Amino acid sequence: MRFGVLRFPGTCDEVDAQLACERVGEATILWHGDTDLQGVDAIVVPGGFSYGDYLRVGAIARFAPIMESVIRFAREGGPVLGICNGFQVLCEAGLLPGALLPNKTLRFVCRQVDLVVEHADTVFTNACAEGERLSIPAKHTTGCWYAPRELYEQVEANGQVLLRYAPGENFNGSLGDVAGVRNEAGNVFGLMPHPEHAVDPLTGSVDGLKLFQSIANHVGAHV
Amino acid sequence: MSQRIRVLVRPKAGILDPQGQAVERALPALGFDGVANVHVGRLVELDVEDPSRVGEMCEKLLANPLIEDYEIVEA
Repeated sequence: MRFGVLRFPGTCDEVDAQLACERVGEATILWHGDTDLQGVDAIVVPGGFSYGDYLRVGAIARFAPIMESVIRFAREGGPVLGICNGFQVLCEAGLLPGALLPNKTLRFVCRQVDLVVEHADTVFTNACAEGERLSIPAKHTTGCWYAPRELYEQVEANGQVLLRYAPGENFNGSLGDVAGVRNEAGNVFGLMPHPEHAVDPLTGSVDGLKLFQSIANHVGAHV
Repeated sequence: MSQRIRVLVRPKAGILDPQGQAVERALPALGFDGVANVHVGRLVELDVEDPSRVGEMCEKLLANPLIEDYEIVEA
């Protein structure tokens, strides 16, 4: 299978994302100004500071030419994973519920966090076990996930929260300890922590690889 | 002819506003007492040919209606 990894001006984690994808499949970088997804099987919207994060995080990137194609791909059921800034972009694009607010401390935080897998029967977590803890680094200033009450209740009722910060690990103030949330259809998922930085024992954890492996398992089972 | 417009964007009431809180804590430390309900938002100034379209601009780009309120003011 082949992943397409988006690159906006200001993206900085696309190479790590590409290398993570290449541990379970092939990967191609897709430029923001293009519209051709080159027939990839899944999309990764990586971390960074797309378009300088001017105005609001992710606000400008959602209007990039490539995003038109990504939105169509997502509406047709294609798997889309958004990491950190990619999560913010997907929320702004309306592909994922909620929005990301500044961390409650207003500080940039870079640390390893423990996440709990809430559901393992999904496109993005099928290589995990329900209740499993994943150790994955997070590094952001604007990662406090928020949704208005009615939307939040809907998200919880639908089981759309796939990853939660483990007790004591919610450093950014996210509502309901939400670390990662999927869309209603289940084919789009975003999280603030960086699974692409946790794919090699050299850097302390390989837990992030499970998310990429899950997507590969899903695509492999549906071709 | 274009018209000068100001768009005021604020965090919605009840939403965590750590910037406002930080400013609210900083003011008494400088001797400015009696300050409450501080909120920090954003001012967007623009010259537009068709002011009737500014509302749409706010909904689509200038504000995120999920977390922000906006107010359009003719300058």
